[in-house]
Amino acid sequence: MNNPINRLEARFAALKAAGRKAFIPFATAGYPNLDIFPQLLAGLPKAGADIIEIGMPFSDPMADGPAIQTANIQAFKAGITVPKILDFVRGFRKTDNETPIVLMGYYNPIYSYGVMRFLDDAKKAGVDAFIIPDLPPEEDAEFRIPADSRDLFVTRLVTPTTDENRLPTVLKDAKGFLYCVSITGITGAAEANASKLTDLIGRIRQQSDLPIAIGFGVNTPEQARTIGQEADGVIVGSAIMNRIASHIDTNGNIGAGLVDDVLSFVTNISRGAHGG
Amino acid sequence: MKNTSPTSDSLRNVPDDNGHFGPYGGRFVAETLMPLVLEVEKAYNASKDDPEFQKELDYYLKYYVGRPSPLYYAPRMTEKFGGAKIYLKREELNHTGAHKINHCMGQILLAKRMGKTRIIAETGAGQHGVATATVAALFNLPCTVFMGELDIERQRPNVFRMRLLGAEVRAVKTGSRSLKDAMNAALQDWVSNVDNTFYIIGTVGGPHPYPAMVRDYQSIIGREVREQLMEAEGRMPDSLVACVGGGSNAMGLFHEFLDEPTVNIHAVEAAGHGLLTGMHAAALTGGRAGILHGMRSYFLQNEDGQIQEAHSISAGLDYPGVGPEHAWLHDNGRVSYVSITDNEAMEAFQLCCKLEGIIPALEPSHALAYVAKIAPTLPKDHLMVVNLSGRGDKDIFTVADRLGVTI
Repeated sequence: MNNPINRLEARFAALKAAGRKAFIPFATAGYPNLDIFPQLLAGLPKAGADIIEIGMPFSDPMADGPAIQTANIQAFKAGITVPKILDFVRGFRKTDNETPIVLMGYYNPIYSYGVMRFLDDAKKAGVDAFIIPDLPPEEDAEFRIPADSRDLFVTRLVTPTTDENRLPTVLKDAKGFLYCVSITGITGAAEANASKLTDLIGRIRQQSDLPIAIGFGVNTPEQARTIGQEADGVIVGSAIMNRIASHIDTNGNIGAGLVDDVLSFVTNISRGAHGG
Repeated sequence: MKNTSPTSDSLRNVPDDNGHFGPYGGRFVAETLMPLVLEVEKAYNASKDDPEFQKELDYYLKYYVGRPSPLYYAPRMTEKFGGAKIYLKREELNHTGAHKINHCMGQILLAKRMGKTRIIAETGAGQHGVATATVAALFNLPCTVFMGELDIERQRPNVFRMRLLGAEVRAVKTGSRSLKDAMNAALQDWVSNVDNTFYIIGTVGGPHPYPAMVRDYQSIIGREVREQLMEAEGRMPDSLVACVGGGSNAMGLFHEFLDEPTVNIHAVEAAGHGLLTGMHAAALTGGRAGILHGMRSYFLQNEDGQIQEAHSISAGLDYPGVGPEHAWLHDNGRVSYVSITDNEAMEAFQLCCKLEGIIPALEPSHALAYVAKIAPTLPKDHLMVVNLSGRGDKDIFTVADRLGVTI
């Protein structure tokens, strides 16, 4: 049932051939609860997702802002665990064996699960790549190298602080795509500034042929359109989490129209990202 | 000072170039921070070889901090326990009332050397925050201290001290609203203000080089103890006792003696309500290996790898992790890690007040409580050194509350 090549490579190749940008929505696993999350996940490809990034909640999400922190807390209340996240991926793969899935999470829950066991289970469930913000290239032996041997990609992050000296270290052994962090700060903290990105993207392009996706601070279809022109893909997270949150009242009750509204919100941003 | 340079099979030649103490330590931080962490490491290494830097540090430690701190023979405590001869290393007599000023002075001189213009810090008990605010005032640098909302409530005097010293105290309302969350907030701030900001970390934790750097700045404690005890008794100590939250005062006392096989070393974690209740802060005794705050070490966590809240009467020990060097010294058995409950610490706190006329902080009260357990079993010629790492003025509200007294 697994594709011979990584779904991520296949998808980026197909997008490139079609001259399209990748729209990559992010959703926190288990948010707003364990029943609704898989409905959102299943609806994302139709809402325009070319690749899906699933957030693995962590108690101490140091790189994330309030929107994703709130989503984490809610997901824990709903009972999310690492095995349940892999169950969601397995469930998604029953009806979609094409859309690449990237798991984004901090290292400790993976380390606690057991790195080799996690990689094997994630591979079997249908995961294609990982983003682990607290694993810089200096700690490659921990996770990236064993992941690579299973044809699972660990996405490198390039940030505004990644200077000329640092860039080769980050690009070395990178596979799949590069995650370009548009601001120095936490997720959702500020709006990305397209003009400042041009320089960073230009520097990356000189040294790498990998697709570049931009994340942190993309909130509207207009921003997605502008940012999309700069890069090969756009990642949108906090804005979607905020949209979900708007359907939850102060007592934690979830409104009936959440799934449809969030998916139509995602559809709108995806149109922007796709240049529409 | 006596030269005690490490040998090849030494326990004092860690970490390696990548900041590893055996399997612990490392640099588990976001890519945004990596260039900064590498820059701090480079600047720190250069400062170690710069006699001018050392000279400046020595000057401030002597004339501003008030070093060396006395090594005081505690006669009534010794008599009360009826065993080991007890010496107190009086770190509570340092300027600002705790050992924290030692690493703050080192780090702020490094920040100046690096041309940084803004200081941030996290704090639990407030002692590190006060020490950071103090050195920031001394060198005229704006300073923001992140502090859990819960800790702000229970350490009010220190919050006011920081504000008097011109620091901004920013309340952290996420998670357990204590030290771990303050550290998350400080790291987030650092990620957002990478250009001008130096993060003064308050313990032997965080990404490399912080655990080694903070230890090195604190190890003056042990070097002084060696010299002072030599003068008082003509020999080395037989045992050392210190409390461990993150573990800076303990590493400061222990490091000098790690290669001395005759010195028994005891580190005391906070058992809170008791280890079996799950309401404690004993990462080594009750946790397991994990990754948080830039390092691999021991952490309190659930079966799914989520970090759990720590519980201790002492805000300074209320942290679910511990420095990576302690994790390594725990695994290789060089240091014995034990734990003391809130109630035991409260008893020792009161005993120290009445017997020696010293109001200790609740943190070293944990060390004193362990001394009360083992000193009676030891011979009278056994020399025991306890790190009295801070004074207890900041804790009087907590203690009064616990005793049911209104002040």
